[in-house]
Amino acid sequence: MNDPFLIVSAIAVVATAFMVLRTLGVLGGDRVFVRRNGAVVGTYIVVAVSFWVLAMIVLPQLYMVDFSFRLNLPPPEQGGPKDVHTLDNYRYLLFGPEGSEQSFNWLHLKVFVKTILSALFVTFLDFCLCYPIAYYIAQSAKGGHARLLFICLLIPFWVNEILRAFAFRIIFGTSGLLNSVLIGIGILPPDAPIDFLRADVALYTGLSYAYILMMVFPLYNAIESLDHNQIEAARDLGSPWWRIHWRVVMPHAKPGIASGCVMVFMLAAGALATPQILGGPSSLWFTQVIYDQFFQGFNWPRGSAYAFVLLLSCVIFVMSAMRLFKVNLGDIAR
Amino acid sequence: MSAQTVLRIMVVFYIGLFFLFLFGPLIIMSISAFNETSYPQVWPWRGFTLYWFGDFFTDNMMVNGIKNSIYIGIGVVCVAVPLGLAGALLMTQVSQRVRPIYYTIVVSPVLTPGVILGISTLVFWDRIGVVSGMGYGSIFYSGFFLTILGQSTFISAYCMLVFLARLQRFDRTQEEAALDLGASNVQVFRKILVPFLKPAILSSAVLAFLSSFENYNTTLFTIQSEATLTTVLAGRVRMGTEPDIAALAVVIISVTILGAIAYEIAKRREQRREKAQIDAAKKAKMADIGWQPAADAAAP
Repeated sequence: MNDPFLIVSAIAVVATAFMVLRTLGVLGGDRVFVRRNGAVVGTYIVVAVSFWVLAMIVLPQLYMVDFSFRLNLPPPEQGGPKDVHTLDNYRYLLFGPEGSEQSFNWLHLKVFVKTILSALFVTFLDFCLCYPIAYYIAQSAKGGHARLLFICLLIPFWVNEILRAFAFRIIFGTSGLLNSVLIGIGILPPDAPIDFLRADVALYTGLSYAYILMMVFPLYNAIESLDHNQIEAARDLGSPWWRIHWRVVMPHAKPGIASGCVMVFMLAAGALATPQILGGPSSLWFTQVIYDQFFQGFNWPRGSAYAFVLLLSCVIFVMSAMRLFKVNLGDIAR
Repeated sequence: MSAQTVLRIMVVFYIGLFFLFLFGPLIIMSISAFNETSYPQVWPWRGFTLYWFGDFFTDNMMVNGIKNSIYIGIGVVCVAVPLGLAGALLMTQVSQRVRPIYYTIVVSPVLTPGVILGISTLVFWDRIGVVSGMGYGSIFYSGFFLTILGQSTFISAYCMLVFLARLQRFDRTQEEAALDLGASNVQVFRKILVPFLKPAILSSAVLAFLSSFENYNTTLFTIQSEATLTTVLAGRVRMGTEPDIAALAVVIISVTILGAIAYEIAKRREQRREKAQIDAAKKAKMADIGWQPAADAAAP
C-alpha cells in the first residue's frame, strides 16, 4: 500500500486513538478530564469530536487536495502503477489541453477572475447598502421599532435561496415586470426588451440581495456596542457627520466590518444556485465550472483541483481581511 | 427647512427604499402566483386564479423532494446536535494553549464554501468505499448518507456556537455540588447539564433542520441519484418557469411569517417568565435578610 494519503490518515487515526486513550486515563497520565465528565460522557465527547474533526472536516479536505494531484483513472486502476501524483489538473487550469492553439486556458481563467472580482464587487455593494441601515437600527432606532425592523430584515432570509433568485427572474426576465413597465410607459420600443440576464444585472442584484443579512448582522452587533456619547462628543466638538463615521464609528466597528465582508465574499464566491438561475447563458461562475467538471466531464480529480484553487483564494481573502482589519478568527465566525 | 429635517427625510427615504428592495421581489413573486398567465408575471393581469396552488401538490417529483428533504433534515438534526454539543463541551475544557487551534478547525467549515464541503465529502467517502471493497449498493454511495454527513460538517459548527453561547452562563458549581453529594457523572449530565441546555438543544435542532432544508450547494454534490426539494426546485427554475413555483414560494413565505410571529410571541412570554422569576427570587432574598420592599423601592 504505497498511498501517502492512506498512510497519513492511518497515522492521524492512530494518533487520535492514542490521545483519546490518554485523556481517558487508560494509559495513565492526568485524569482531570475523566474525573470531571465520567467515563460514559467523556467517551461520548471524545468519540463525537474526533469523528467530526477527523472523518468530516480534516481527512475529507486533505483527501480532496491529494485527489486533485491525481489522474482521472477508472476505479480498477486506482492504486495501481498508473496512479501517480501529477500537476496535470493545475496545468490544465492554467494552460488548457495540450496542443491547443491558445497559450493559456482563457476560458476557465477568465471565469475564475470574473468570479473573484464580482464577489468583491458584491461585497462592496452590500457594505454600502447595509452600513446606513445597521447604523440606524443600532444607534437611532428605539426598542420596539428596532425589533420590528429586525424581523422585517429576517423574513426574506427564511425564503429559500432558489426562490429568491426566481423572484428576480420574474422581475428581470425579457418578458418580466421591469421590461413590461419600461415598454408600457414608452421608454423602450415593444420589440426590443433589454436582456437583463445576459447583462448580468440580474446576477449582481440577486447576489447582493441574497447576502444582505450576512452583512447587516455583524455590522449591527459592532455598531451597537459603541457608546452613543462618543458620537455626541465628536459632534459637539464640531466634527461633520462623515468624519464622525470615518474616525469614530468605523474604527470601532472594524471587527463587524471584517466579518461581514468575509462572510459575504465567501458566500458570493462559492454561490451556485443564484448564478445558475440568474446568470446569462454565456456567463459562468467558477462553481459552475467545478460542477461541470464533476458531472458533465466526470473528471473528479480536475474538479477537485479547481475546488482547491477556489478554497485557496478564499483562505487568502480571509487572511488578508484579518490582517488588514487586525482581527482574529474568533471575531469573524460568530 | 433645517439641515436636520433634510437629513431625517433622507434617512426615512433610504430606509423605505431598502425595505422596498427587500420585500418588492417577494411581493411581486407572490402576486404572480395568482395570475392566470402560464408564465409567472404580474403585468399584464389576466385574472385571479388558485390553479397553481393545486398544481404542485399533484407534482410527484416535488412531493418526493419535500419528503427527502424532511428525512435528511431529521438525519442532520440527529447527527449535528450531538456533535455540536460534544464540540462545545470540549471547547470549555481544553487548555488555553490548544483552544485557538481547536476553534479554528471546528469553525472552519462555516467559512468554507458549501460546494467544497460537498466535494470533499463525496470524494472522501467514495475512496473509503473503494478501499473497503464495498460495492455501489453500499452506504458510502447512498445520497442520503453522504448528504447528511456533508451538511452536518458545517451545521454541527452552527449548533456548537449555539451551545457555547448558552454554556457561557452555566454555573459549574452546580455540577460540583451534585458530584459532592454523590451523584454520578451520567446523573449530573442528565439531571443538570441537559435541562440547563434544553433551550439551546431546541433552538439548535430547529436551526439545524432549517439549514439542512434549504441547503443547495453541498447537497447538489452529495445527493447522487436522489433529489431534495432544493435540487428539484433549482432544476425547474433553470429549465423554464411556471407559476406553480411562485405558488410554492407563497406557501413558504406565509409559513415563515407565521413562524416568525409565533417565535416572537414565545420569546416575549419566555422573557416575561424569566423576569418574573428573577423578581420573585429577589423579593424572597430581600425577605430573608429582613429588608422591607418599601425601603427597597425607595433605594436608588
